[in-house]
Amino acid sequence: MRKFSWSLVLVLLAGLVFSACAAPVAAPAGGEVAATAPGAETAGGDAAGGDAAAPLRIAIIMPSSITDVAWSQSMYTGLKAVQAEMGGEAAMQISYTENMFNVADAATAIRDYAVDGNDIVIAHGTQYGNAMFDVAVEFPETTFAWGTAIDTGADKGLSNVFAYEAQAQEGGYVNGVIAALMGDSDTIGVVGPVEAGDAKLYIDGFVEGVKATKPDMQVNVSYTGSFGDTALAAEAANTHIKAGAKVLTGSAQQVVGAIGVAAENGVYWLGTQSDQSPLAPEWVVANQLYDWTGVIKDMIAKREAGAVGGAAYSLTLNDGLVIQFNDQAPVPAEVKAAAEKAIEDIKSGVITPLK
Amino acid sequence: MSDEFLTLATLIGIAHSGVRLATPYLYAALGEMFGQRSGVLNLGVEGVMLMGAFTAYYAVYLGGDPWLGVLAALATGALMGLLMAVISVTMQAEQGISGIGLTLFGLGLSSLLLKVLVGAPVSVKGFSVWEIPGLSAIPVIGPIFFDHNVLVYLAYLLAPASIYVLNRTTFGLKIRAVGQNPEAADSLGVRVNAVRYATVILGSSLAGLAGASLSIGLLSIFQENITNGIGFIAVALVYFGSWRPLGVLAGALLFSTINAFQLWMQVLGAPIPSDLAVMLPYILTIVVLAVGVKQIRQPAALTKPYERGE
Repeated sequence: MRKFSWSLVLVLLAGLVFSACAAPVAAPAGGEVAATAPGAETAGGDAAGGDAAAPLRIAIIMPSSITDVAWSQSMYTGLKAVQAEMGGEAAMQISYTENMFNVADAATAIRDYAVDGNDIVIAHGTQYGNAMFDVAVEFPETTFAWGTAIDTGADKGLSNVFAYEAQAQEGGYVNGVIAALMGDSDTIGVVGPVEAGDAKLYIDGFVEGVKATKPDMQVNVSYTGSFGDTALAAEAANTHIKAGAKVLTGSAQQVVGAIGVAAENGVYWLGTQSDQSPLAPEWVVANQLYDWTGVIKDMIAKREAGAVGGAAYSLTLNDGLVIQFNDQAPVPAEVKAAAEKAIEDIKSGVITPLK
Repeated sequence: MSDEFLTLATLIGIAHSGVRLATPYLYAALGEMFGQRSGVLNLGVEGVMLMGAFTAYYAVYLGGDPWLGVLAALATGALMGLLMAVISVTMQAEQGISGIGLTLFGLGLSSLLLKVLVGAPVSVKGFSVWEIPGLSAIPVIGPIFFDHNVLVYLAYLLAPASIYVLNRTTFGLKIRAVGQNPEAADSLGVRVNAVRYATVILGSSLAGLAGASLSIGLLSIFQENITNGIGFIAVALVYFGSWRPLGVLAGALLFSTINAFQLWMQVLGAPIPSDLAVMLPYILTIVVLAVGVKQIRQPAALTKPYERGE
């Protein structure tokens, strides 16, 4: 007595349509093509085109959204900045697919973007590596990029893959210095996502920065086991505060809830990956920003010079990592000075976090 | 240091966190329980929660009172429940699949609305913690139970209310009859599908409220996929609780308290790998599901659409 009714199909379709158009309607400048659904087609050329030189087309697949205030947003912001610098839509088009937590879906999207003739396809997550290499073999003219990674696939005979990563421990160290000097308590809390990769680098660097500044400071580290478990991250923040923390930090898109808890309790927050100040203007002290514009521009330049891949990039405080103080939060001058000194020491090699 | 782990302050902290963390699970699972007791499995809880979370957030974002947000979440939930009921009760579509459809629908639409109407998410002023005067001063009990926002308190009042409705009212009697033996209920003049519409809509309204308890209660922000699977765990908790409000309450509290426990152990630096710690609540749920659930209590007509015989 089970009928597979038309209305059910309708709802399923509506769900897919809504997720598929979740992005383009909102795309600020218009003309972008975006999708949230797996394998959604990118309907290529937009009205702005039509002049003789075809615009450069870059597509990106990311694990969270362009407004995640973390990893995905950092790359999207970089792409938009480069696009603006190059002259807008006419010179460069960006297509993106968000919330690809499912690697199989991401693999489909990577392939679709390559088939569709994008010049550069960015797989913005370590987990997409294998899927991307599979596609990269078939499209030697297309440039692929992925991160966090250092493997450009040279040992697989590939020459069309770029890899990128961030030395997150450098900014983590600086944030740790700031954290050690900000709170008036002897405890600092860290709301970690998954104990691996970029997050682990950041957190380990952070702990080292705290300990180097105040060896007696207690740093409590917890992980939620997920990048997107906002509710558990908020509860972790609550727990850290109950355990005496007056300064918190954390990583990944899950932290939006934790930052809210910090603000509610009057506890300072140190951000990473993207600018998290808007979430709690009075309590976010500083952010380590990932500025990918240099990486993007270099990939484009190399491609125009004939090298479709083969380089591995690493953001450092010397190039790409930026410590941004939030002007609305009250940061004492001596704290800023200590942070500046740490930045200079890392840049000049006097300090090498995690070595 | 290990002797410091289980001090009274820590135990209170764990219980306090557990009580708070259980809130969205309670609303969603108790609501889902009503639908299942009448024979309808709604796997769309996650999607309804997302829509409820968004509409509540948006109402407050526009300057509305948090209570307006609660109303918005309830109304959104009711509408989505109506949609689910039309599909699964009237159209008799396969319940599991239509529920998944509803979840995809809610995930997509809430993300779309966030982008169109808000753009980048910003924090809002939702419900603040309201210590209940007098009660919050009781040692141990006070800090655990009476130091939360109002949506947490309401979630716990919902459990006895559910027991009352299910066991002491005519409506409750009809729900149980329809879920156990719809033919017999029908022959006694109970309008089977009307009862199912009511339970699915009620359950979805509560799922909407579950979403609101996140976006304007615990988190004060909305983010794409903010529920991150809570809706599906809520469905599991209904099985876990053997379709009884007290069972659901116990399940939600157990799951959340274990989660709070593992967070506290990490924060205090207990020598447990984090990967193992975060698995604890899930392992425990599976174990209890495997050994503890009395299948005999499952409503006999669960997932079976009802069509009147002539």
